Amino acid sequence: MSTRGDSGNHGAFVLRLADSNLVLAQRLGEWIGHAPALEEDLGLANTALDLLGQARLLLTYAGALEGRGRDEDALAYLREEGEYLNCALAEQPNGDFGDTLARQFLFDAWQLPLYERLASSRDPQLAAIAARGVKEARYHLRYSSGWVVRLGDGTAESHGRVQGSLERLWPYTAELFDADDIDRAMQVAGIGVDLGAVRVDWEQTVAAVLAEATLARPGDRPWHWYGKRGEHGEHLGHMLAQMQALQRAHPGARW
Amino acid sequence: MDTAALEERFQARIDADERIEPKDWMPDGYRRALIRQMAQHAHSEIVGMLPEGNWITRAPTLKRKAILMAKVQDEGGHGAYLYGATETLGVTRAALIEELLAGSAKYSSIFNYPTPTWADIGAIGWLVDGAAIMNQIPLCRCSYGPYARAMVRICKEESFHQRQGYDIMLALARGTEAQRRMAQGALDRWWWPALMMFGPPDAESKHSAQSMRWKVKRFTNDELRERFIEFTVPQAEYLGLSIPQGTIDWNEFHEVLRGNGPCNRERLEARRRAHQNGGWVREAALAYAEKHRSGYREAVQ
Repeated sequence: MSTRGDSGNHGAFVLRLADSNLVLAQRLGEWIGHAPALEEDLGLANTALDLLGQARLLLTYAGALEGRGRDEDALAYLREEGEYLNCALAEQPNGDFGDTLARQFLFDAWQLPLYERLASSRDPQLAAIAARGVKEARYHLRYSSGWVVRLGDGTAESHGRVQGSLERLWPYTAELFDADDIDRAMQVAGIGVDLGAVRVDWEQTVAAVLAEATLARPGDRPWHWYGKRGEHGEHLGHMLAQMQALQRAHPGARW
Repeated sequence: MDTAALEERFQARIDADERIEPKDWMPDGYRRALIRQMAQHAHSEIVGMLPEGNWITRAPTLKRKAILMAKVQDEGGHGAYLYGATETLGVTRAALIEELLAGSAKYSSIFNYPTPTWADIGAIGWLVDGAAIMNQIPLCRCSYGPYARAMVRICKEESFHQRQGYDIMLALARGTEAQRRMAQGALDRWWWPALMMFGPPDAESKHSAQSMRWKVKRFTNDELRERFIEFTVPQAEYLGLSIPQGTIDWNEFHEVLRGNGPCNRERLEARRRAHQNGGWVREAALAYAEKHRSGYREAVQ
């Protein structure tokens, strides 16, 4: 068992979900106004807004579980890199449109089956947030898988580009299914889910979409990242420096 | 019927406050004026996403971030909607965007000013959207049906944006000394450019008279400008901020229009970059659609 105790595990579990949504929403927000077509500006903004909305509910809930009076903004703006528990996939830089949509696809294909199961969590608050998230995640997956298929089965250039995106992003998917003490404790408590079962669904979605996209499934790599334990690469620090700048520069100000 | 008779009948319909629809006969000049104005409006929405998009990643609270993202998304939606309405006049969105990227189409000069602080986001909502609403509400009764209908929808969202902008200013005005300074700085920066949004003084406005006759325009530039000032001055007083003293520098107006504003080059470059970087994506989508359309045809045959 973890040394955090069950309530600490519970809070960390919720925070992981919250942070992955927040960090990915922040990345998608960088696109708005710069996408390949107006429809894609709107589509990426839609996904970003949904993820940000979920993040806000989850952060508020994580703050309540923690019981130290931290609200969504205290958690978003005043935590440091190592305290962020998002999956490393979410923080990967946008790259080109193919990189962004491949990242989104791998994420959505995980989030949908995860939320479907969390919707029957023994934690009613989490179950309610997940139930709402299911509808959004289903739409996000349709959008991202549609683009993976079009890019994969588009031109030789787009095929090569998005295959490269998948290769680069693949190592960051391992942690999504690699249950640690917190995941196990939450599963036993009926709050969390069986990540092995989520993986089965994810593999199915990925196999089906990559086949339609005429793309190859990348091989697994030995090095795994664990953003959910607060172990990040070099990108998150820059993202937070930008995101948190005003709150850090004006401590205690209200906006 | 000869052209003179058609024109006479057209003007009679306008005078009777009838709406002109895409398939109706219209004078070439009317069509050209509308294409110019509507495309400019659509371009302004698209370019307008940039100065505000500048603060999406740095909005100071998650709520403000969500509101700003939704607002910039609304602007993209307005752009799409307006391009669609312009297409009813026989042009394509692709051609209009080419003109924007080539630098031959105009967009509202206001978006050539920078947003160095968070307060600029508040000032844009309060002043720029406020001025836009003054300009646009009369357009809801404009003689061209598709434009008028687009404006009804757009004005509803704009007035929401205007309140959100004012709310940002209010929080700053009630905040710390540094925040109040930030708010005053933004008002100082945006006041004159916002007044210029109503266009040149009536005496110099080259499109005004004909536009009024065609009921594309219903009030003069100076009338709308005065109305905006009347509305805005008490709002500034309520915030405890001072309206800058002086007069409009029309030289600045013309220079920014000519391409010499602080961010003209950056804005166009950002649009061009997005378009260029997205080229392979649009090509892939077309190739995919083409492949699967012909696949479908073969299967059907």
